[in-house]
Amino acid sequence: MLCKDWGMPNMKNEMKIQFSALSQNESFARVTVAAFIAQLDPTMDELTEIKTVVSEAVTNSIIHGYESDPMGVVYISVSLEDHLIELTIKDEGKGIPDVEEARQPLFTTKPELERSGMGFTIMENFMDDIVVNSHPGKGTEIRLRKHLSTSKMLCN
Amino acid sequence: MSLNINLEVKKDVLCIRLSGELDHHSADELRSQAVQAIEKNGIRHIILNLEQLSFMDSSGLGVILGRYKQIKQLHGEMVVCAISPPIQRLFDLSGLFKIITLEPTEEYALQRLGDA
Repeated sequence: MLCKDWGMPNMKNEMKIQFSALSQNESFARVTVAAFIAQLDPTMDELTEIKTVVSEAVTNSIIHGYESDPMGVVYISVSLEDHLIELTIKDEGKGIPDVEEARQPLFTTKPELERSGMGFTIMENFMDDIVVNSHPGKGTEIRLRKHLSTSKMLCN
Repeated sequence: MSLNINLEVKKDVLCIRLSGELDHHSADELRSQAVQAIEKNGIRHIILNLEQLSFMDSSGLGVILGRYKQIKQLHGEMVVCAISPPIQRLFDLSGLFKIITLEPTEEYALQRLGDA
């Protein structure tokens, strides 16, 4: 056996964090998630994609969900199973009135803040699938999934 | 890791050299420094050197597009140089490469503006 995975096969591994809706925590969030995922031995490209996606979702929660109110709390949970990453980023902010509209490339409600409107487009492109649950006045939950490439993880 | 911003004025060209990470948090600082430098020095063109930039997200796209619009009003050009493959992907997704010129190095970028 040349397998480097010493743990139980198929065992689920989970991690949860929560933090204040402050912009300095965007970097903390993406670095923390990347460090947790590193145990699956992702490629550099995959790691960059995950970091970018975390940054997009957390920034959305801070700017749009909480409108930069630092009393808000952002919740992230990550689960790893085999080579599947499930990532949930949640806020209890004001919610998105029209999710379909929000997901259009270049759409933004805050052009005065020089927002590019590319957040959801990047999340869709960098992950395998995305589900957005949002309720006005209650908050937004984004669930993202990605299968890591397994080519270099083969055990014989 | 935060963003390090190096600004250099060469006649009417502002060279912006970034190292570190450009996200929503650091975009505000870049915006205020760049806007001030453009207004104070009679800048027409911008060269944005991304060689040392290790991370960028859509907030970076927003602040770059904002400066592009600012110097377009002054009939200037923006040239981005030394872009890494992950950041180039963001440019491709957003269509920014259609309006902003890319060059491999700062020297090429300066030449491009000299010919403009």
